[in-house]
Order: sequence, then C-alpha cells, then structure tokens
Amino acid sequence: MSDYQTYEHDVLVIGAGGAGLSAAVKASAAGVKVAVVSKSLLGKAHTVMAEGGMAAAMGNVDDRDNWKVHFADTMRGGQYLNNWRMAQLHAQEAPDRVRELEQWGAIFDRTKEGKILQRNFGGHRYPRLAHVGDRTGLEMIRTLQDHGIHQGIDFHMEVTILTLLMDAGRVVGAFGYDRERGRFRIFRANAVILATGGIGRAYKITSNSWEYTADGHALAYRAGAELLDMEFVQFHPTGMVWPPSVRGILVTEGVRGEGGVLRNKDGKRFMFEDIPANYKGQTADNEEEGWRYTQGDKEARRPPELLTRDHVARCIQREVREGRGSPHGGVFLDIAWIKERIPNAPDHIKRKLPSMYHQFKQLGDIDITKEAMEVGPTTHYMMGGVKVDAESQMSKVPGLFAAGECGAGLHGANRLGGNSLSDLLVFGHRAGQFAAEWAKEHTGGSVNNAQVEEAAREALAPFDREGGESPYAVHHDLQDLMQSLVGIVRVQKEMEQAVEGLQKLRARAAKVHVHGNREYNNGWHMAMDLPNMIEASEMIARSAIERKESRGAHFRDDFPDKTAEGASFNSIIKRGSNGEQVLERVPVKEMTAELKQIIEEMK
Amino acid sequence: MATATFKIWRGERGGGGYQDYTTEVTEGMVVLDAVHQIQAADANDLSVRWNCKAGKCGSCSAEINGKPRLMCMTRLNTLDLNEPVTVEPMKTFPHVKDLVTDVSWNYKVKEGIKKFKSDPKRAWNAQQADVDRPQEFRKCIECFLCQDVCHVLREHGLYDEFIGPRFFVYSAALEMNPFDSDDRLADLKDTQGIGYCNITKCCTQVCPEEIKITDNAIIPLKERVVDEFYDPLGKLFKIFR
Repeated sequence: MSDYQTYEHDVLVIGAGGAGLSAAVKASAAGVKVAVVSKSLLGKAHTVMAEGGMAAAMGNVDDRDNWKVHFADTMRGGQYLNNWRMAQLHAQEAPDRVRELEQWGAIFDRTKEGKILQRNFGGHRYPRLAHVGDRTGLEMIRTLQDHGIHQGIDFHMEVTILTLLMDAGRVVGAFGYDRERGRFRIFRANAVILATGGIGRAYKITSNSWEYTADGHALAYRAGAELLDMEFVQFHPTGMVWPPSVRGILVTEGVRGEGGVLRNKDGKRFMFEDIPANYKGQTADNEEEGWRYTQGDKEARRPPELLTRDHVARCIQREVREGRGSPHGGVFLDIAWIKERIPNAPDHIKRKLPSMYHQFKQLGDIDITKEAMEVGPTTHYMMGGVKVDAESQMSKVPGLFAAGECGAGLHGANRLGGNSLSDLLVFGHRAGQFAAEWAKEHTGGSVNNAQVEEAAREALAPFDREGGESPYAVHHDLQDLMQSLVGIVRVQKEMEQAVEGLQKLRARAAKVHVHGNREYNNGWHMAMDLPNMIEASEMIARSAIERKESRGAHFRDDFPDKTAEGASFNSIIKRGSNGEQVLERVPVKEMTAELKQIIEEMK
Repeated sequence: MATATFKIWRGERGGGGYQDYTTEVTEGMVVLDAVHQIQAADANDLSVRWNCKAGKCGSCSAEINGKPRLMCMTRLNTLDLNEPVTVEPMKTFPHVKDLVTDVSWNYKVKEGIKKFKSDPKRAWNAQQADVDRPQEFRKCIECFLCQDVCHVLREHGLYDEFIGPRFFVYSAALEMNPFDSDDRLADLKDTQGIGYCNITKCCTQVCPEEIKITDNAIIPLKERVVDEFYDPLGKLFKIFR
C-alpha cells in the first residue's frame, strides 16, 4: 500500500462553494462522516462573486409569484431543454432553502414589512431574488461556512483532487495533493460529491477565478459519467471592458434590475429594437414602462435590458460589431441617469450597488453615480456538466454525485440570473442528503494501489521533463483558441479548427516542464489543471458542432435559427473505449401533463 | 512601453530575500496583474494566493511598499513607479512560501466563537434599519489585513489571548444580529482579549471593505462589556430587577 496520508470518511465533497458547503452541511446533518476538500481557503470560492441574489418564489414583494411561475420562467429561459423535473424541484424547494439560510444567520435586505426583500432580474416575471445589496454570494458562502464549521465536518483547505478512485465501477474515494507542501493524500469515501464549479478559465475574457478549470467535468468524464449539454456556455452580457487588466470582471445584472439601461455610442437604447417573439408579451415597448417596472409598478412590463443573458449578450456583440460600440469595444451601461427620476440618486445607487460603485471607482476611475460604465460580454457560467438524476443528483457512476455548476440539467440552454445561487442550495442539499443515504448502504470497496501510483507518477512527471514549455504558455494559447473559435458566435469551420487545435494543445500540455519544488508551486498546479480544461473545451467544441441551430447561449452564424429538431434532443458526451470523446443525442423527455399545463398557462 | 520593477519576496518558511523583476506596465494595471505577468514570464513557481481579482474574496493580501493591502485592488498608478515596488507576505502569520502565509490560526479562532443561535420566540421579521449595522460587518471578506496590522498580534504575538479585529467584527455581527439570542460578552472579556485593543484604529485604516471596525464594532463591544461587568449601578439594578 502507498504510504500517502489516508483519510476515511463516508462522504467526500470536492469543492467548498455554495453547492459543496450545502451538500456537506446536509450530509453531516444526516449523520455521516463528511470531509470537504477545496482548492482555495474556505470562504474564497467563486460563489463570493455572485452578486444579484438567489431566486426563490417567496412572493414577499409581489404575491402573484409562486413556484409555478418560477418553473415556467426557468423553462422558458432554458429554451425547454432543461430537465423539467429539476426545474420543478428547484422552484418548489428554493424558498425553504433561503429561509434555512436565514435560520443559520444570513441577514438579507428587508421589505418595509420586515420580510426578506426580493429584486427584479432578467427573465424572472416578478421580483424574486432574495439579496444582500450586491454581495449575496458572500453572504451565502459565509453563512454556510460559519454554520458548517460547527457541524463536525473535516475541511481540507487548499487541496486539489487529481483523480477519483474506482473499485469495480463504483467510486470509493479520491486522490489529490495539498498545495502547500505538494504532498499526496488519499481520501477514502463511500460517496463522492462533485461541486467544483465551472470551466471559465478556458476562455480569455472571463469572470471566473483560477479555480474554474473544469476539474469536476474532467474527473467525472474519466470515471465514466456522462456529460450533458456541453455546448451551452453562458456569456454574461455585462463584464467590465476597460481598463484591460479588469476585462471580464462581472458587473451585476442588478444594475439593470435597479433601473440601469444599455445604450450604444449614439445614446440609443438598442435593446428595444430586438425583442424575441416568446418574450414580446412580457416586455415593455417603451422606456417609460420599463422604468416603472424597475420601480415596482406591478402593471408595467420589464424593460428589454432584463431579457435573458444570452440575448442581451448577443445584442451587445452586434452593436460593437456594427460599429456602434463604446470607445473600448463595449456598450454603455448607465445607472447614473436615474438622477433624473429620483431624489438622492447617488446615495441610492451606493446603497443598492455598493460593490459595483467600489469596483468601478477603484479599478476604473469611474464614478457610476455620475457616468456610464463600459461593458461587454464575459464568459460566466457553464450550463453543461455531469448528467445527474433529478432527485438524488447521482451520476451514472455509482456513488458519484454532482451539484451546482458542475452538474447539469436545471438550466437547459441558458441559465437565468439568480437561478444559480438557488441551484447551489437546492441541489447541494439534495446531493448531500442522497449521498449520505448511499454512503450508509454502500460500505466497503477498496482503493486500487496501482491507480494511485499511476496518478502520482503522472502528477510528478512535469518536474522531470527537460526542455518542455511553460504551462502558462499552453494555457494562454488555450484561452485564445476558445475565445476566438468557440465563443459567443460560432461557425462550423472555426469549431472544427478548434477541435484540431485542441489535439495539439493536449499534446503540448502532456509535455510541459515546471521549475522549482513541490511546495506551493503555482506553475505545477497549472500543469495539472491544464488537461481538465482541454478535455472540457473539446467537449464544448464537439457538442457545439453537433447542434446545428441557434438556441439559448449557443449561437451559430451558419444556423441562426432555432429548429424543431434542435428542440428534440440534449447532447451527451462520454468516454469511448480508447479514451476518445463519444457524442450522443438523447431525446428530450416528455413533460408531465401537469407541468405542460403550467407552461401553457404562463405563456 | 513603460516598465516597472518589483521587489518580490522569494523564499520558504521565513527564509529568502527580495528578488527584482521588471515587467511591462499597461493602463489600469494592479499589483496582482504585475505579479501574474512575472509569474507567467520569469517565475513560474512564484507562490501567490488569489481568486476573484475584484476585491471580493480577500485572498491576495500582502504588504505593498510596507502597507497591508489587497494586491488586486492596488492600482499601479497610485504607486511611485520610479522606485521599485516591494511586495512581501503578511508578517503576522507564519510564512509558507514567497507571498503565501499560513492563515489557519484565523480559522481556528473562529471555531472558538459561539455560533449564531436563533431566538425561538422571535419571528423572522426585522426592519432594514435594524440590520444595517450587522450587514456592514458581514461585508468582511476575511482578507485578514486587519489582523496583520494589529500590533497586539504583530508586535506582541498574543495569539492565545486575543482574537483580533476580524473576530471582534465577527462577534459584533452576531451580537447585533436581531435574530441571534446568544451572549458572547463574557468570552470577549475573559478569553478573547477585547481589553487589549487600545483603539489605535490601524485595522480600520487597512480594511478594504471600509468597515468602521474600531468605531462601529470594537468600541460598542467594549461598552457592552463594561456595562455588563464593570458598572456597579447597573449590577445593583440587575439584582433588584
């Protein structure tokens, strides 16, 4: 047996963002022994960057809201490729999860009646996002963290998982290294929950931090799981574009929820010009009505700035491409204009959007209470991920669960803003609950020493190679490739080039050389993250090639329309017998009569 | 193209020294960008923690020209680039490597503070005005710069008797949370060393979230401790209540 430090638990959670912590808390409450490993320190995961809020149909601000409306909104936003059962569970359970967070110490903004305040957001019919200013993600992660540390959970901070350990087809743990000393660790567990987030670091312009290297996607794929909907990558319409060093950093949709408007260089609110047919009925057709909506007028329809993210991102891209953009290649997002409408607008803006004010002031020398921001699309969120069972979140691999961004199904072709934080809570909770049950019933299983040794050898190989290039150089080229060939607007030929290019990058990644020793060596860490990003990038390109239509976040210049055929399937990728990616289509499952009727009523 | 020189601390476990790196400077750059450029070009194994790059996660704390700051929020155009810019790890915590320190002490301290306990008799209803103050404290991103600058830890090393500004803010958020029903004043007085703070406000000055740590958290907690334990009239009043 290898002499690596071994830890024994019932449930291992990989990732300590909102989904991972929710899962750990729930599993531990179910009475099993739980460990959480996270690449960063506790409380630093990308969930802290979520700004706008968590969607939950509590009806605190508008009592017409209920789970059915939320469900229909989610399905419409996802262009009906969503796993409808997940969308149903999500809409039904989100309010309880938000209240639970409050009962663990979260302090949400309040309504005048003293209830949890809810705000407007893109694609949501009623004000639905429970929030804390524009730092809701921080509130969520801190609450889960501060609650979780008293639950008897073992936290392994700054540990990265390299491979899932398998025994006769089932998961029995994971193998990884601690970043500080570079020492290997074995985690034995009856169930493993992936909560590793997204893939955003594969793109050049991204709102994601260094951690989002598709680890969960790649680990699950190699373990035999199916990856669903990988063509759907969400480009958030509003990232910072200037100065260059902050390009991609997120500007919350909350700015538009609070009355912010998008204009091109001619001062025109271009979003009014292109409202998709299926949203016409619920979108304002004049500026006055749009403004009234943001101020809580229940009779008004929402302004077109609050259409779904895929659509807004493409409209911005179009303005820029056609020469109507801002000086630095974006468009203008203006919240300062509300001073024409309300007294004390600067104070109001600072109170509602404190971290946006701070961010632009400090990083861009812009006072958003006085001037417009320049914004453009940024890689933000991965709708695609591990295909899971709607109820339990278990993948096809026995004992392997996935929740949050690295799981898939809830969001279909496009995620609504605010549906991520609620996703983390609802399905983190479910994954924790079912993984705990699974772990109690499936003990035993043993670690395969050869598998561990193989992973360790591979991990250390970059130190021994002479003359190989720097992992940073390969990463740089990967980001360039994905940004330019598999970005917001896609065409067949470019994506084929991308697949070819990715093979070359794969070969280069296998030959990188790292300097120094194993102690907190960022270059070495990057070398080990690279294959995961490349694997997921290829899945994105292959799935995108296969979907010969435009739907949700997936837009093809060569097939600009939706097709009936496209509405009929989801893409799946799994590993072939020679390690190659095998693409399949699975038919979209027919909805229950009850849900069909809800969709019909909400049209 | 303009360039700037950075003196970055390189070494392990307290050892090492400054090493000079010169890198290109472009508009809007922050110190973390420079460190990343240097890492990608000249020093692949340079150790640095970071995450959000937007001042929201509190990972990239360091001392820049001697001042505790977040690398991601320190614009180069606020520094004198005619002189080399020094970037070194926080001094109050054990050094790991290069710019990375071992901040695990902070996580242990937090475990020792009584957690949120809801009041079963109270409805989940509160006015915004009642939550404004605890919400200010909950803006904390746990960068630990306030801990780094606090002389009680930095100079006197009272890690076992003093929890530091971060955890006074944390305790204040709990004490002032209208839904919380526990009492942390005895702990603050007896084991968490709130008396050691002599209100020099260094912590407030370095807080990237601009939390008024001293005025809004520490002083009110000190007052509550005094009211609870050192006020003879109050004591009398309590006995006869």
